[in-house]
Amino acid sequence: MADTAIPPDTAPHQPGTAAPRRPGRPPAPQRPRRRPRSRATAGTGRLAALLVSPTLLVLTIVVLYPTLMALDESLYGTKGLDPKTGFISATEPFVGLKNYTDIFTQAGDRFWNAFWNTTFFTVVTVSLETVIGVAMALIMHRAFRGRSLVRASILVPWAIPTAISGLLWKWIFNADGIANVLLGRQVLWTADGFSAKIAVVIADVWKTAPFIGLLVLAGLQVIPKEVYEAARLDGASALQQFWRITLPLVKPALLVAVLFRCLDALRMFDLPYILIGAQKGSVETLSMLAQNEASNVRFGPASAYAVLLFLYVFLIALAFVRLLGADLIGGVGGTKKRKSHAVRVPRRRVREVAA
Amino acid sequence: MKTSTARAIQCSAALAAAGLLLTACGSSGGSGSGQSAQAAPVSFKGRGPISYVAGKDTTGTVQTIINRWNKAHPKEKVTFIQLPTDADSQRQQMIQNAETKSDAYTVLATDVVWTSEFAAHQWIEPLPANQFPLGKMLQPVVETGKYRGKLYAVPASSNGGLLFYRTDLLKKAGVTRPPTTWAQMTADCAKVKKLPEAKNMSCYAGQFQKYEGLTVNFAEAVNSAGGQIVDATGKPDVDTPQAKKGLDFLVHSFKDKTIPKEAITYQEEDGRQAFQAGKLIFLNNWPYVYSLAQKSGIKGKFAVAPLPGLNGPGASSLGGSNLALSSFAKNKATALDFMKFFTSEESATYFLKNASLAPPYADLYDSASLDKQYPYLPDLKQSITKAVPRPRVVQYGDVTAAIQNEVYAALTGKKSSAQALKDLQGDLQKLTAQ
Repeated sequence: MADTAIPPDTAPHQPGTAAPRRPGRPPAPQRPRRRPRSRATAGTGRLAALLVSPTLLVLTIVVLYPTLMALDESLYGTKGLDPKTGFISATEPFVGLKNYTDIFTQAGDRFWNAFWNTTFFTVVTVSLETVIGVAMALIMHRAFRGRSLVRASILVPWAIPTAISGLLWKWIFNADGIANVLLGRQVLWTADGFSAKIAVVIADVWKTAPFIGLLVLAGLQVIPKEVYEAARLDGASALQQFWRITLPLVKPALLVAVLFRCLDALRMFDLPYILIGAQKGSVETLSMLAQNEASNVRFGPASAYAVLLFLYVFLIALAFVRLLGADLIGGVGGTKKRKSHAVRVPRRRVREVAA
Repeated sequence: MKTSTARAIQCSAALAAAGLLLTACGSSGGSGSGQSAQAAPVSFKGRGPISYVAGKDTTGTVQTIINRWNKAHPKEKVTFIQLPTDADSQRQQMIQNAETKSDAYTVLATDVVWTSEFAAHQWIEPLPANQFPLGKMLQPVVETGKYRGKLYAVPASSNGGLLFYRTDLLKKAGVTRPPTTWAQMTADCAKVKKLPEAKNMSCYAGQFQKYEGLTVNFAEAVNSAGGQIVDATGKPDVDTPQAKKGLDFLVHSFKDKTIPKEAITYQEEDGRQAFQAGKLIFLNNWPYVYSLAQKSGIKGKFAVAPLPGLNGPGASSLGGSNLALSSFAKNKATALDFMKFFTSEESATYFLKNASLAPPYADLYDSASLDKQYPYLPDLKQSITKAVPRPRVVQYGDVTAAIQNEVYAALTGKKSSAQALKDLQGDLQKLTAQ
């Protein structure tokens, strides 16, 4: 549909292509161009709708429909076993919000354990990653020989797929692995316990600190050198320069990086699943819990956990964006505009740095 | 559904981000109408192309057998659909196929512990038992294919745990025969440990990481001490003195370092590597270790024996795989013929010779020529005939998770073995109560 609609509208805009062949024609397209301009708003609107509709259609099929199914599914319980025939009933009973209220009663322990694990991983890994990432960015920003080599090597962990780095760290944290050799004593990292938590944190920080480093580096590169020169003339120490100039100016990029990482960490699944294993209470996250329920053919509770995880992610994101906007402006007006600007800058810079 | 579109889009975006759409998709077949509750005897109708679904074929032997079939039956060709190697993903894909009632999968290679779950959900068809040579197969193996007395899956291959031990060290320490009881094993260990070359070795290991292997090892310990996890009627029976003796063997062995501390992280491969690296005197593992260890540094220095028990030879947990027929498949007549062909004694011999898969047929274990190639076959036969299947329950996934939780707590010293078994009994009662 879009194809047939485009030519009549776009043709007048490209007189250049036709002009060389038919020199006498150029003025002709110009006249009709003026008239449509008044109607352009309606026409453009229709065109926009046409152009966007395939996207919306795809979104509806691959995103909206499954989501509605998940919400619907979360209202159903698990199929029961008929003791006489030995067969599972064909339909799932409608239980309303029971799957949600169960987290306060019978299924609660496991859910809240997963919830706190998820929160723990998010808070700890993102904090560590922020500190290390900023340090990495500062190093990468420095002008020295072999800088490109350092930049490349810092980015290697981020380039490795999580599943692969999970396996990698599994070897490192093996009972006879290099981690224990370096420590000089035997810590059973992959057993279920607090050390497993630490193992996941280490592996995750190793993998994703470069991501924060990358985004912060992008932020650093837009800070004009003159600001530092002026600061140096005023006698500011290196630390003062960092706190008063670098940090405030790199903040928009840093906040976006932290937001991305938070959302990522909240849905952590593959790293603990591969590194430590399924059903390990000390590292089970909400995603792992939902997957486990689904694999035991309890789609109702699984969907409910997935929806709760979504709400959690959504609330964190919302809170973050609100804070982010307020912080950026220092006032109320024009929040929207600045916000989108702040988000866009690092993205554009990322491409430059990567290239 | 009262959610506004806008919110739903936001929901979906975050859900997609959370990577959990799978959950939603998998559920779509959930509320459809199933078959009638009464399992009518299936008439196997329809001939034509079918599919065989199994984990990755690492030896290439499955494809060879299928090629043989395809050559003889050009109009009823079998396509081999390979799933990932690990059993959990295989099970998940088969469940997804069944939940969507897809006819893509015809013959399924199922793990021995899935039969009850698949049969109770009516994902697989009851099979005509009289059309398969079940009488020639080892009885415990045949039992794994049954649910409530009806045959739902035909044994294709079997597997049993074996005790691998270091012959060179035992001989040096003056021990001539492998131990048959746990007490003998620890006594032999003590003798071997006095040798200078065994100074830094540990005595025994199995699979004690928190996964299916732990369930297998726990079941073996309990069964070898005369206990059981569920009784003949399917009721949990794990809070008994016999079961406690079995669990205590593992708990005490960890405490007095008969089992090394790091074995709590061991899966099959970790144990095999430790054994091959000369860190273990005894190892409980599957027969696949044999051919690999023959290629390692301990070649010719080890042998196998049946698992030891409390008062005599112990009982292994059964492994292996069965063939089942998907309820939603087409061309079931062809499928039945293919299953007969695939599970025939001829095919089993081929798999034994070329992929060292333990056959379900009793007489293959007694063949002299095969014994030469696989010296462990007589021991494996004894292991399998004495083996006890893991609990045959519909909610096996939850049962094995409960076992792993409680046993792991006992092994790591978080709970006493008595308390762990008491809690496990409670958990299992809840899970099998329906």
